Parts: sequence; structure tokens; C-alpha cells
Amino acid sequence: MLTNLLAWIDERFPLTKVWNEHLAEYYTPKNFNFWYFFGSLAMLVLVIQILSGLFLAMHYKPDTGLAFASVEYIMRDVEWGWLIRYMHSTGSSAFFIVVYLHMFRGLLYGSYRGPRELIWLIGMVIFVALMATAFLGYLLPWGNMSYWGAQVIISLFDAIPFVGPSLAEWLRGDFVVSDATLNRFFALHFFIPVIILPALVFVHIVALHKVGSSNPDGIEIKKKKGPDGKPLDGIPFHPYFTVKDIAGVAVFLMFFSAVLFFAPELGGWFLEPDNFVPANILQTPTEIVPLWYFTPFYSILRAVTTDMMRFGLLPFMAVVGGLAIYSVRDMMMRAVVAGATAAILLGLFMMEAKIWGVIMMGLSIVLFFLLPWLDRSPVKSIRYRGWMYKTALTLFSVSFVILGYLGTKSPEAISLFLMKNVYWVQIFTIVYFAFFLFMPWYTTLDKTKPVPERVTP
Amino acid sequence: MKKLLILLSLAAMPVAGFAAGGEHAKLDAVKIDLSDKTSLQRGARIFVNYCLSCHSAAYMRYNRMGKDLGISEELVKDNLLFAADKVGDLMKAVMPAEEAKAAFSTVPPDLSVIARARKPAWLYTYMRSFYRDDKAPSGWNNTVFPHVAMPHVLYEWQGHQRAIFKQDGAFERFELVRPGSMSTEDYDKAMRDLINFLVYLGEPAKLERYQLGVWVLLFLAVFFVFAYLLKKEYWKDVH
Ligand code: HEC
Repeated sequence: MLTNLLAWIDERFPLTKVWNEHLAEYYTPKNFNFWYFFGSLAMLVLVIQILSGLFLAMHYKPDTGLAFASVEYIMRDVEWGWLIRYMHSTGSSAFFIVVYLHMFRGLLYGSYRGPRELIWLIGMVIFVALMATAFLGYLLPWGNMSYWGAQVIISLFDAIPFVGPSLAEWLRGDFVVSDATLNRFFALHFFIPVIILPALVFVHIVALHKVGSSNPDGIEIKKKKGPDGKPLDGIPFHPYFTVKDIAGVAVFLMFFSAVLFFAPELGGWFLEPDNFVPANILQTPTEIVPLWYFTPFYSILRAVTTDMMRFGLLPFMAVVGGLAIYSVRDMMMRAVVAGATAAILLGLFMMEAKIWGVIMMGLSIVLFFLLPWLDRSPVKSIRYRGWMYKTALTLFSVSFVILGYLGTKSPEAISLFLMKNVYWVQIFTIVYFAFFLFMPWYTTLDKTKPVPERVTP
Repeated sequence: MKKLLILLSLAAMPVAGFAAGGEHAKLDAVKIDLSDKTSLQRGARIFVNYCLSCHSAAYMRYNRMGKDLGISEELVKDNLLFAADKVGDLMKAVMPAEEAKAAFSTVPPDLSVIARARKPAWLYTYMRSFYRDDKAPSGWNNTVFPHVAMPHVLYEWQGHQRAIFKQDGAFERFELVRPGSMSTEDYDKAMRDLINFLVYLGEPAKLERYQLGVWVLLFLAVFFVFAYLLKKEYWKDVH
């Protein structure tokens, strides 16, 4: 009976084929470790966000006069409203934790390297869409930090020469963040995660399953096949990784629930105290800071002062440009690189710090897209790389964390030791960019170890 | 090498003084216990009697409060319903916003989620730090909220305090110049009840959240054990 039904469907829709290609006969490296849980967890969080968001949208009112109260209405009067709301607020931070770890896995094992460049690029587009979604959603509770955060970030567009001010106005739909802004943010906060994100995730996975998963050894399991034509080091995704991922999901949900039920504000990191004050145009919060997942980039924005450009970025870019000119053999290309370097240096002289802050912040994300081409190492995995990449990745991770931490603090305060936050932020901004911009050289010079033929446990 | 030089040049930038303006007043810790129903009931009574005249808690309904604190609808109706007609009403302020604005030149903020915007220790210290100040329009000032527009509404309980400042203008201590109807300990206890209630008011489902959380975590722990055993079983022939 069931087989008949399946046959009936298979004649009309490739159900069995899809099942086999993507689950039952998708051969996955058997040496996946801890870091390989976060892809499936990211999908789980996406589902949590869409479902909880759907129920929130049934009660939320995108109106400056009603929004704040409607959130409290959900917290108090809606059946299980508090649970749904905390699922969503905890979910947004969980999403970034999971995605940052997923991306870090890419850096550890070179998952972005050929032939997986497209997977990485699509993944980066997902990341940007995720950031947009989080930014849009943060306005919706219409708390004071929602309001001022949006005000500050949108006004960044003002820094863009010529078109900036009208672009900012177009985004807001008004001269300031207002009811029009709240309405369109709500519409977009529904559209991007519900329509765009799932589509991107779909393409991400289709591309992954075309070339096959990488693994902690950074070798291609498809190169060593058994007589049956199946990779020797591969095992079917289903049931092996479905059962493994279910155990991972259980652990993840324990962490998730611990926060959700016992500390949904997480001491102000997941829900800020200032956002329990309704938006107030007359009362600026003492320190306008985005939520933690944006603070590394926010720090980079705030790092760029006139002094930073003169004494930090200018020599730094001169060194990078000089190295690039020296390394390029082709005369035509060399001229192009020299021109670009000159333009950047001139720009650092001529343009304001505010504009460069925005440029550097944008660049700090754009550079991730370029990783597949910046990395020149003959090996992919950190297991077989030399001390240079290991040091660079460590420094980069430290800088990312410190930039994130200091992004929540006042630049003028002293939160670490010795000197004001702004100087630490400037140093680690240089470290951050050095990781990417010097990568072509240190990955070429680095002494690598021989890569094994077959995966190691 | 160049990279190092850049780092050094950055590090050598003038390091400004360490004297950070620590104008934050010292806050006294307060014990919050949402399962202490009698404390919450006492706090609710103070809140409804003394705070709702100016402030609203307009995201909260009287009957929800009654239900959570174990006060019957009759008792709510007879004892707590001064500012509303029906037990299902939201807790609105007695004084209309325009009148309050005229009197205090600012509208007293809604207190529904005040305990989430301000820490309990802040609220507890604030309620005990009003002092006489003839220069203030209301005759009252506050060390944790300088130039506050709110008068000391509980001075009959606490009495009149005078603030003593050090030579450099920093706050040193209070001196009770005219005792109120309560001893200092009793007043502190009453304020603890009030803040306890404000924490409840900030998130009425908080206690329920903790209770449900325990069950969810227990379930997940059991679920994990089975999921892990299942995984082990499937993977036993993978080498
Ligand atoms: C006579 C009217 C009045 C009464 C009664 C009153 N308040 Fe106030 N309260 C005010 C005003 C006005 C402000 C605004 C102060 C300002 O912004 O300068 C205020 C501010 C506050 C704040 C600070 C809010 C913030 O900005 O963070 C708290 C907390 C507070 N009141 C608590 C209480 C509590 C608790 C009670 C009951 C014991 C109470 N108030 C009774 C008028 C009143």
C-alpha cells in the first residue's frame, strides 16, 4: 500500500531521488567533530525564529503609540506569550552564536577553499541577510535603545558623499526614525527571514551537496572511493548524522533553555535594560550600543578617528599596498594595484574620519567574502598548517572578541587596563584587518605539514 | 616589523588620566524573593496606595495581580481598587498626565517595567535616599537621582533626612532630623516589600518561568541520554 503510494508520487515528483541524494545516500565524512554541529543548529534556530516570530506577529502592533505596550501585552496577557517572546529574543542571540561558530569552523578547516567558494559566498550573503534581519527586528519593541540604535545606524548612511542624506531619508521614510520607519521595518523583518533566508539556505545546501562536505582534515573524501563507487571515508548522512545531530540538538536546547528560562536578559547582553524604557526622542541613553553580535563591527566604526587614519591606517595601508605592488609580477596588474593603493592613501588624507569609519566597517565584512582568494596555503585544515596561520587566527579571534566587548563600552572609559578603550579598539582593528590583508603572504610563507591520504579520527 | 611599529605608535598615543567621573552613588543590595507572597502583598498595598496616585502601571491588570499574589477578587475590589472600576482594568494613574505635567513639569513614568530598566538595588536605594533640600521645587532631593521631580511621598513613614556632604561635595551619609512613624528597620523592610513587588510587576510570569524551566531542562536531559544512546548504537560499526 505505502510502496504503491510512493511509486505513485515518484512518478510525479522525485521524492525518493531527493531523499537519497540529500540524506540516505549523501556521503558525509565520518570524522566530523564538534564544530560540524553548528550548520544543522543554525537551521534549527531559523525554524525557531520563524515560528516564534509568526506567533509574535499575531499580537504585535507596528505603531509607535502601541508597539511597546503590545510587547508587554504579549508578556502578560497572551497565553504563553512570555515564552514565545523569550524564544524569539534568545533565539536571535543564539542565531549569531551558532553562525559565528559555524563561520569559525570555516576558518579552522578551510571550508571556504575551492571547490567550495560558492558555498562560502552564499553563506556570507546569509550572514549579511541575518544582520539586516536582526537590525530591523531590534527596532520593533520600540524601546529607547531600539530607537536610538536605529537612529545612529541609519544616520551612518548620511556619511556617504552626495547620495547619503537622501538615501538615509529613503530608508527611514521620514527625516527621523518614526512611525513610517517602524512600519517598513516590520514588513522587512517579516520578508527577509521568511522568504529570503530560507531561499538562501536552500541554495547554500544545494551547492554543498553538489561538491560534498569538507572535513577537519581538509581533504576530499571523493578522491578515495571503494569498489562500490562510494567514498571510503564517507557514511550516509541519514541515519548516521541525523542521529548524531539530534544528540547535538538536545545539548544545544539545554543551553538555550537555561538562558530562556533562567536568564533571558543574560545580564543585559541579550535584552538591554535601556530597552525597557519606551522610545523617547528627548532622552538619549547614556551609551548607545547595539546588541553584542554587532559590537565588533561597531567598534571598528568607532575606531576610525583622524589620528587613527594618520598614524594607524595610513602606514598600514602603505605597507599592504607596497607588498602588493612588489608581489604582483604582471606589469599591467602592478600599475592597477599601485593606482588603487595611491587612491586609498589619498582618500585617507582627504576624506573625513566619519566616512572612513563607515568604509572600514563595511570592509570588515566584505573581506570575509574574499577569503577563498586571500588564502594561498597549499593545505586547508589548521591541522596541517604552520605557526603563522595558527598565530594569525588566534590573534584574529582575540581581536574579534575584544572588539566585541569594547563595543559595548564607552570609548573614553578604561575597561581593560593601561589605556582608554578607544586605543585598544584601534590596535585590535589593525590586527583584525592584518589577518585578512596579509593573508596572501603569510599563508604562502607558512611551513605546512604533509596531508594524509585518508581522514584521521 | 612594520606591523609592530604601527602597534607601538598606537600604543604610545597619549593616555588620558585615570580619573573617571564616578558619580554613581553606592547602591544597597536588596533581597528579592518572588515566592514570598506576604511580602508581595504588602508591597502591592504600598504601591496601590502611594504610587498609583501619580504613576501608572498601565501594562498590568488588577485581577492578574490578585491572582498571582493570592488575593481574592473581592479583596482586590474592596482594598485595592481606588483608581479603577473593574478588577479587569489596567492599573492607570489617578492623576491625569496633564495635571502631573503641570505639577512636576514632567509626567511621572509608567512603573510596569521599571524594575527591568533599573536594578532592584537602585530602586531600593532610591526609595531610601530622599532628603530635605530647600532649593528643590518640591522641597525634596535624592542622592541617586539628583534633582528628581518626585517628592518624598513616604516621608511620614521615614521622617525627614538631611544629607551630609564631604568637603569635595561627595555624599557622606544621611542624618535623621525628624523621625517618622516607622523605625529605620521597619521602613527598610517596607521598602524591600515594595521593591519585591516592583520586580514581580516587571515580569509577572517570572516565577512560572523558573518552574517550567526546571521541567524543560529535566526533560532535555533525559532526551539527551536516549539520543546519545541511539547515536552510539548506530555508530558502533563506524571506524
Ligand atoms: C506626587 C506624585 C508621585 C508619587 C505619589 C510617586 N511618584 Fe515616583 N515620580 C514622580 C515624578 C514626577 C517622577 C519623575 C522624576 C523625574 O523625572 O525627575 C517620579 C519618578 C519615579 C521613579 C524614577 C523613574 C526613572 O526615571 O527611572 C521611580 C522609581 C519612582 N518614581 C517610584 C515611585 C514609587 C515606588 C512610588 C510609590 C511609593 C512613587 N514613585 C510615587 C512622582 C510621584
